[in-house]
Amino acid sequence: MKKLINSPDDVVSDALAGIAAAHPELRVDVKERVVARAAATRAGKVALVSGGGSGHEPLHAGFVGPGMLDAACPGEVFTSPVPGQMLAAALGVDGGAGVLLVVKNYTGDVLNFQMAAELAAEEGVSVETVLVDDDVAVQDSTWTAGRRGTGATLFVEKIAGAAAERGDGLAEVAAVGRRVNAASRSFAVALTSGTTPAAGRPGFDLPGDEIEVGVGIHGEPGRRREKLRPAKEIVADMLAAILADQPLESGEEVLVLVNGLGGTPLLELYIVYAEVAALLAAKGVRIARNLVGNYVTSLDMAGVSITVCRADAELLELWDAPVDTPALRWGV
Amino acid sequence: MAEPTGLDAGAARAWLLAAAAAVEEAAEQLTELDAAIGDGDHGANLRRGFRAVAAALDGAELPSPGAVLAKAGMTLISSVGGASGPLYGSAFRAMGKSLNPPGADPADTPADAERLAAAFTAGLEAVRRLGAAQPGDKTMVDAWAPAAAAFGAAADQGPAVAAAAAAEAAAAGALATVPLQARKGRASYLGERSIGHQDPGATSTALLFRTLAEVLAKG
Repeated sequence: MKKLINSPDDVVSDALAGIAAAHPELRVDVKERVVARAAATRAGKVALVSGGGSGHEPLHAGFVGPGMLDAACPGEVFTSPVPGQMLAAALGVDGGAGVLLVVKNYTGDVLNFQMAAELAAEEGVSVETVLVDDDVAVQDSTWTAGRRGTGATLFVEKIAGAAAERGDGLAEVAAVGRRVNAASRSFAVALTSGTTPAAGRPGFDLPGDEIEVGVGIHGEPGRRREKLRPAKEIVADMLAAILADQPLESGEEVLVLVNGLGGTPLLELYIVYAEVAALLAAKGVRIARNLVGNYVTSLDMAGVSITVCRADAELLELWDAPVDTPALRWGV
Repeated sequence: MAEPTGLDAGAARAWLLAAAAAVEEAAEQLTELDAAIGDGDHGANLRRGFRAVAAALDGAELPSPGAVLAKAGMTLISSVGGASGPLYGSAFRAMGKSLNPPGADPADTPADAERLAAAFTAGLEAVRRLGAAQPGDKTMVDAWAPAAAAFGAAADQGPAVAAAAAAEAAAAGALATVPLQARKGRASYLGERSIGHQDPGATSTALLFRTLAEVLAKG
């Protein structure tokens, strides 16, 4: 393992110290492990809290700021945060209008947020939860823990954050978040494994000429391994899986995220985007808005995820609303 | 050596400290098992949790075995994260509550084998409720369920014998997860590829019952 760290035990607190130093507009509690907006929540504004394991940067701390999250709780690397952390975050940012928790569908995240939601409710805070489960690589059945939450988390946090900013109530903000999740589908492939600092070596072995198809954001696979092929063919399969699960008609509009998993150059991400754009254009589907970059990563894993969200006028308006966070900024 | 009467506060502490030492020693192995079918942090997470438990017990006034286990449970919930934090934390909290029901005399009466059997069943129920896992799903339930059953079946022979039977059943249960296909947790995403690997959660559960047997055997 070759990493710029001081010690495997200190990676999260050392990174939080860096976030604090780089972003005075954020309030970073290194001890409680909460990253929040420095400014208090406007009275009557619904607060958004998210969180999850570290190693997925900029998710979630990079999305804290006006127009998006009010607070984020980073856990240990690839490990969900603990209920006390989430409770501290929720109590710290509740502006009296309640708190929306955005949770990715992983067993650890779900259990810890569920406990935090109960504790917050006992403290008199109104809480709603949006569970993100957009990954079509996993069949949603009683035989698995259900679909994973991946790239659509960004769409949910941006759009629900904008709804909260315009003054929607807790139930409405939660509803739009659930609507975005229901309209979103993702699929990922990995070219290499990521390496967690605690383990010190790659999380899984992948031969040099093979790719993991349908991988999750911790490297856990969903479908199969196959030989590396030209990007054009891989992307066609990824998009086919997404569209098989959510067919799109000619004339529909979508948001598209082509997301690097941490170890993939932008050069390759744009090659992927070109294929996505061409394939959707051929179907008569219009990409209304797009993002290309590293937003929901898996440490240094090489690979890419594609997320497609079926859009409508309201979702696009909320998407275009101003956002001012370390990793996402426009309209300000 | 006198046959031990059960688990008092001192023995409960000794159990958790022995468990912490065993987790420390097994952390590498647990992480390796987890790397095969999860994301490779089970050992590191449990080590962090049990180090926190050892620190929390140090100097704390805990008058009964129930209070010791409940304290350990809260500490695990607030320090581990992931799925194992809430699951193990809730299990220890449920065991603590079972040994010290609300309103009970907080004095340090050693928990006899019957009460311990009830506590392990309560712990199992907490894990199954929270994780929605059944036996055969390739989770810690596959070690905990046979351990609780074996402890109950041998309870009339005293806590030390029952704990030894539970430890043996837990180890066998953990081993029996090897051919199973995971249906819960992160390993479930591997589908058939999870077959052939021992479940790390069942393995750490077996380790907890082993250290209990060792502590009770010393009397």
